[in-house]
Amino acid sequence: MEKKTPLYERHLEYKGKIVPFAGYLLPVQYETGVIKEHMAVRTASGLFDVSHMGEITLIGEDALENIQRLVTNDCSKMKDGQVKYSPMCYEHGGVVDDLLIYRRGEGDYLLVVNASNRHKDVEFMKAHIRGNVEFKDISDDVALLALQGPDSKSILELLTDGDKLPVKYYTFVDNLTVAGVNCLVSRTGYTGEDGYELYCKPEDVIKLWDALMATDKGLIPCGLGARDTLRMEAGMPLYGQEMDENISPIEAGLGFAVKFDKGDFIGKEALMSKEVSRKRVGLEITGRGIAREHCEVYIGDKHIGDTTSGTHCPYIGKPVAMALLEKEYTEIGTQVEVEVRGRRITAEVISLPFYKR
Amino acid sequence: MNNEILYTDTHEWVQFLDETTVRIGLTDFAQSELGDLVFVNLPEEGDELTAGETFADVESVKAVSDVYSPVTGEVSKVNEDLLDHPELINSDPMEAWLIEVENVSDKENMLTEEEYKKLIS
Repeated sequence: MEKKTPLYERHLEYKGKIVPFAGYLLPVQYETGVIKEHMAVRTASGLFDVSHMGEITLIGEDALENIQRLVTNDCSKMKDGQVKYSPMCYEHGGVVDDLLIYRRGEGDYLLVVNASNRHKDVEFMKAHIRGNVEFKDISDDVALLALQGPDSKSILELLTDGDKLPVKYYTFVDNLTVAGVNCLVSRTGYTGEDGYELYCKPEDVIKLWDALMATDKGLIPCGLGARDTLRMEAGMPLYGQEMDENISPIEAGLGFAVKFDKGDFIGKEALMSKEVSRKRVGLEITGRGIAREHCEVYIGDKHIGDTTSGTHCPYIGKPVAMALLEKEYTEIGTQVEVEVRGRRITAEVISLPFYKR
Repeated sequence: MNNEILYTDTHEWVQFLDETTVRIGLTDFAQSELGDLVFVNLPEEGDELTAGETFADVESVKAVSDVYSPVTGEVSKVNEDLLDHPELINSDPMEAWLIEVENVSDKENMLTEEEYKKLIS
């Protein structure tokens, strides 16, 4: 039985098409449709209920040491109020999940994980944690809204002290009152657009949602469909598609978040020793059609890899895909063919991201 | 029966232009379930269609869906405007026909408007 987020009634009110996702009932789109929602985030602002995301706290004097061992990125130089993105790997180098790490204070970290991986992550982390640190899965006590798009700042300024909002991308401010609701506000998101994510108590999130929607600044609610097309257009990987337990973060193009010089971490040995034979690329579909995930990619008769995600991207106005290809065929400009429903369509390797603001 | 519009349980509409010629489109229910359409793959003039078999596919932002022919016959016209503007199906599904088929020799069981409305309610 799927869970409902506290905003379920609002989703129905805004005529959301409800689908089960990661154990929750969430809107895939609202009345306006995916394209308008997508465009709103690129040109104005959109509001997403992402309360299904998982939140975990690690508190104690050994918190940092544990995080350093659990994830591939280097968190040792993080300051209070900073956010860092990192994959978390198995010993064999495959990816357990990718997550955001918030440093709230010395020995006080908040980790935000994918909803679909929450229980797996909790088991994995618990099995590897040691020393003086308290581990807590607080997902059920946290609601999360993502306010995304160029107008997001001016919208939030109507509801809070604008001078206190986080200024830099990947920073946050805790205990900020927004529309009378106590929030942790970070300048983060999964759309490739400027924006914020607002964490609050589940019992407060309806009030926060209503206040945001009432600002009358052209803000519209956006569903999972637009969340996916937006992240695709921005070339952002999604766990389960661009990376999983059989795809390393290096292959997934996340080498920037794997720091071999930071000391020991789970998966380091495997990642250092394994030869990288595949690489994630962007594909523009030049033929007629749309490639989705798990389509085979060819050069002539040679199967050189598979797509990991694909859709029509509304803002750039063309179909694109991401694919994991044998490294020698990943040069920009390489002409390939993608097999879509028994038909070969032409595509070209192009640089990621497809869209940059 | 001239110009009467009938429906299939796979959400196509069918208009008989004469005894052996039909125009086929997607219903309003179908377009609304599919969401924003971004790609349509249509047959070519002269292609032979068989009742109950797929003849086109339509893709929305999120998913792809087959379109089934309710008749056996030969494609006589293709609405090529849709190739560049699949969103026309969303904005006016009864106006945005997909193809016309002539020499219709066989057809699937079709529903009246009333029966179709019952099916989707």
